[in-house]
Amino acid sequence: MKNTIAERIYDFLKNFPPFDVLEKEQLFKIASNVKVLYIEKDNFVFKQAGNPHEHFYVVKDGAIGLYRNMDNEQILVDICDEGDIFGLRPLIQNDLYLMSAKANEESVLYAVSVEILKEIIQTNEKVKKFLIASFSSNIKTPYAKGTNGQLFANIEMQTSNTSFTEIRSAEFSKNPVTTLKNSTIKEAAQIMSEKRVGSILIVENRNPIGIITDKDLRQKIATGLFSIDESVTAIMSAPVKTFKPKITVAEAQIAMIKNKITHLCITKDGTNKTELIGVLSEHDIVVMHGNNPSLLIKKVYRAKDVNNLKYIREKTTNLLKGYIEQNIPITFISKIISEINEAITIKAIELSLEEMDKKPPVKFGWLALGSQGRKEQLLMTDQDNALVFEDIPPEKYQSTKQYFLQLAKKVTEKLNVIGFEYCPADMMASNPKWCLSLSEWKNQFDTWIKKPTEDAIMMCTIFFDYDLVYGDKKLVSAMSGSIYESIKSYEIFLNFLGRNALKNPPPIGFFRQFLLENDGANKDYFDLKSRALMPLVDAARLLTLSHQIKGKNNTASRFKKLIKVEPKNQDLYLSCIDSFNILLQFRTSQGLKNNDSGRYVDLNNLSKSEKLKLKGCFKPIRDVQELLNIRYNLAQMM
Amino acid sequence: MISWFKYNNYPIFWKEYSKKCKQKQPKSIENTRFVVFDTETTGLDIADDRILSIGAIGIFKNTIDVADGFEIYIKQNQFKAETVEIHGILKEGKLTKLSEAKAMENFIAYIGNAVLVAHHTAFDIAMINAALKRLNLPKLKNKTIDTGILYKKLEGKKESHFNLDVLCKEFNIPKHDRHTAAGDAFITALLFLKIISKLRKERNLHYSDLFRVSGKEGLL
Repeated sequence: MKNTIAERIYDFLKNFPPFDVLEKEQLFKIASNVKVLYIEKDNFVFKQAGNPHEHFYVVKDGAIGLYRNMDNEQILVDICDEGDIFGLRPLIQNDLYLMSAKANEESVLYAVSVEILKEIIQTNEKVKKFLIASFSSNIKTPYAKGTNGQLFANIEMQTSNTSFTEIRSAEFSKNPVTTLKNSTIKEAAQIMSEKRVGSILIVENRNPIGIITDKDLRQKIATGLFSIDESVTAIMSAPVKTFKPKITVAEAQIAMIKNKITHLCITKDGTNKTELIGVLSEHDIVVMHGNNPSLLIKKVYRAKDVNNLKYIREKTTNLLKGYIEQNIPITFISKIISEINEAITIKAIELSLEEMDKKPPVKFGWLALGSQGRKEQLLMTDQDNALVFEDIPPEKYQSTKQYFLQLAKKVTEKLNVIGFEYCPADMMASNPKWCLSLSEWKNQFDTWIKKPTEDAIMMCTIFFDYDLVYGDKKLVSAMSGSIYESIKSYEIFLNFLGRNALKNPPPIGFFRQFLLENDGANKDYFDLKSRALMPLVDAARLLTLSHQIKGKNNTASRFKKLIKVEPKNQDLYLSCIDSFNILLQFRTSQGLKNNDSGRYVDLNNLSKSEKLKLKGCFKPIRDVQELLNIRYNLAQMM
Repeated sequence: MISWFKYNNYPIFWKEYSKKCKQKQPKSIENTRFVVFDTETTGLDIADDRILSIGAIGIFKNTIDVADGFEIYIKQNQFKAETVEIHGILKEGKLTKLSEAKAMENFIAYIGNAVLVAHHTAFDIAMINAALKRLNLPKLKNKTIDTGILYKKLEGKKESHFNLDVLCKEFNIPKHDRHTAAGDAFITALLFLKIISKLRKERNLHYSDLFRVSGKEGLL
């Protein structure tokens, strides 16, 4: 039987989540049972603390405001416009309405039966996840147990259908060529030739203990360093890096880049104490997919001049584009891109050192600051860096400082040519203010901490996120130690840092092409960096500092560490990680699309699902800010 | 009053319909079932033209209930090529078509004692009544409301005719599926809800107000 009206409703609903992921029959069933309501401006659909209706609502035309009553005041929590869903949570959780829904303009609503939806939820996992996700922005305690990792399931929805090379399990050779540790090098080489392989594993009780590759034979045998009659143990690389069979391509790539190796051993449980079941070589991965980040890194190692590096960094941007287009998880992407950026910076430093007349007079460390320090820099943005050198007697200070300033100038010039533009605020190691000896740095941090002016706090937010790119580790850990000492002796500093972290609250959500601000101010552009990413970065930094957690500079890993320290806030911190990843991915794809830093987002160009995605991120930001507010008693300081 | 003898000759569906219409009905807008309907016809002549399709939708408690919908297409020998471009129903289309007798039986069973609402009700009711007459059945017994007249009550206008397109524009109703019976019924249903809601804002609207003839005194 033809049902023109239901078809029309079907056509409308199918454009919006979660209806867009329903089976055709499921959605048609919903559409043919919809009830249509017309609500006059200023009339209520339901009121706070009222009993739940049998239906939840989808806005067809108009706009519905959701309000919370607090102290006899109606606080606007959200505005729903075309395609938005509201009033669902109480129906599923059998609870009263937590908010009132009032028409901000005349509205036509589709009321959808919760019973039909419940049936569908049981068979459609994607819908279930979406609903859990959308609850998170509407309920009192969204981080309840049982929603872990699913809060942003709408993102998963888009990625789960496709299988990408990087997150696919890597296919390794199942029958690795092996020999025992008492064989001679000659015997091993014979086996390798016979089986036509480039590597052989040395096993003991079937467990891998070492590996010999063509390269070892070339470098250690052909050069006459070892005799071919010696035991394989003499030239094998040991211990070997072992991994679980389920290793993904991206993980394998990262492991190879990190350890500068070309072969990974796959064992039963991923340790070298269990049976060897396969070998994954770089070649296997190249075969698996052509565009290879470890090849890029290799090219960086071999780069002879800055033009080579520039070319590689351009290639990296292409790689990044591919990753973003394929929806590869942002955690993988940022690891790989950061590794390449770091390798490029190291090479730029090495090239500069070669150009200097003399070797460095004392030990030094090159620090990446800000987003690069946090390994969150995906797009080509400004360079922020600093340099620390060993303490030296006063009479040698001037010449030493001159040496490092000259070096820093060379490095920053190179980075600029490569594409990391000069920092407009001159936060670079070539600036005498940021090229300091260890004790000067300690003093500088101590001053910032004990005299927390607005400027000082701003500096802290940049300089606290440092990461040693090149040079001496001890210098940097001495610096970190001193920072924690200063903070310990002047804890109110954390409150100032907290106040700074709350400077930019996230908006409530979106309404058509407008941002919904708490104060009602609307803008067409959204500052993704300062309104969404930085609040999370600032919160993570502050909380890790307050727990004296060292060596965690990355926002996601800071929150992960915080979960261990404050298990009670696990759900909140997990949702912060999710939000952060989503936002970072969002910024990166926006930046690639518009060929800019991705910082300002034009709301007119966002699709409904992109808006929903962003909106889902605002809630955890608000909640973590609320936590800071209470913990540091910031209301009094404001 | 029809004779007992005649009544006994009516088919069962008609007897049930009559019974329902005799029941006492709630005199409130809230608890009344309204059926908003529209017909597509071969033309505007009540005697010569035929119904090609009926679309209808129920309203209860100020809510349009899509599940309480009705949409049928009718097989007719009469066919006017010139009106096809309005309603788009071909003589031998792909749609499943019912005989006029079966269509009337289904429609009567569907409407029951609901209050019938249409835009320019008089024409649609007359078309249905003509079809009923061909089946030797009496006229419809339902109460009726004309959204065109209701609109005139709201605006206090005297002009006789406001077509649906004009009102759609005024009431900001998207004109999807215009000139299909079901599409027009749905549009009219939204129009009905909107007019009722506007009338309510102006005054304390009673059930009986809906049926008063405007132009003379009544509401205005």
